[in-house]
Amino acid sequence: MSLVLHRIDDRLIHGQVVIGWGRPLDVGFIALVDDQVAGSDWEQDLYRMGVPPEVEVFFASVIDAARLAPEWRADPRSGIVLTADIATMVAFRQKAPPVEEVNLGGLHHKPGRSLRLPYVYLTDDEYRSLEALQASGTRVTAQDLPTTAAVPLEALA
Amino acid sequence: MSEGLRGVVVSHGGLAAAMVQAVEQISGVTGVLFPVSNTGCDPESIERRLAEAVGEGPAVVFVDLPSGSCFFAAMRAHKSQTELPVVTGVNLPMLVDFVFHRGATAEEAARRAAAKGGEAIRTR
Repeated sequence: MSLVLHRIDDRLIHGQVVIGWGRPLDVGFIALVDDQVAGSDWEQDLYRMGVPPEVEVFFASVIDAARLAPEWRADPRSGIVLTADIATMVAFRQKAPPVEEVNLGGLHHKPGRSLRLPYVYLTDDEYRSLEALQASGTRVTAQDLPTTAAVPLEALA
Repeated sequence: MSEGLRGVVVSHGGLAAAMVQAVEQISGVTGVLFPVSNTGCDPESIERRLAEAVGEGPAVVFVDLPSGSCFFAAMRAHKSQTELPVVTGVNLPMLVDFVFHRGATAEEAARRAAAKGGEAIRTR
């Protein structure tokens, strides 16, 4: 499989993704799965500015991502699947299994969320959603950069 | 004329605050530059911090990188508000020049700042 990282990060494309993960993983494409961005040419143009020309960016709604996932997995290049929230990644996992591991890269403070790590804030419902995802066979860890240690989901309870 | 023109510096980590402090130390001009950090922010939070710093405007937004969460927030603000040009690759020379040349429109001040910042990059 050529999908080397499935990341949840509310900033979507930014330096940690493109440089921090993209370079060591030699990423050739990023699949940005987000219903809102998939419907906005302006937002897509903006996110394209954030990646070097040798990295291709695919924009897809969850439904389209499920259809396109086999192509992404067959792509000879390494790719990242990126979502801004847990619900979108869970939906992608349900519609386009298997996803062996999900990386929590950035979920920031919002009302109702509590600090789990400096870069991960979760509501109790969001934590339970991740627990269910892991119980279904997808390992969940938090790790902002490959140079830091992966934190297991259980440590975020 | 835009005598009330302010500069908003948006960066990763503490860079913006440090740059604003350095410009104030060099120039003696205070109350013109306002730092915004993306630390601990999701996109909406950065946009909110940026909007608060811009206020009623007009303003020039200076961003550290020409991509990433700070740049995206600046571009979204630029799209929704007139007289809010964005200059990327912020450096001290452009900010020092900016605080002394705020009598033009925001667009003119932004173009001048970008030119001054570029002129300051040299090899010897």
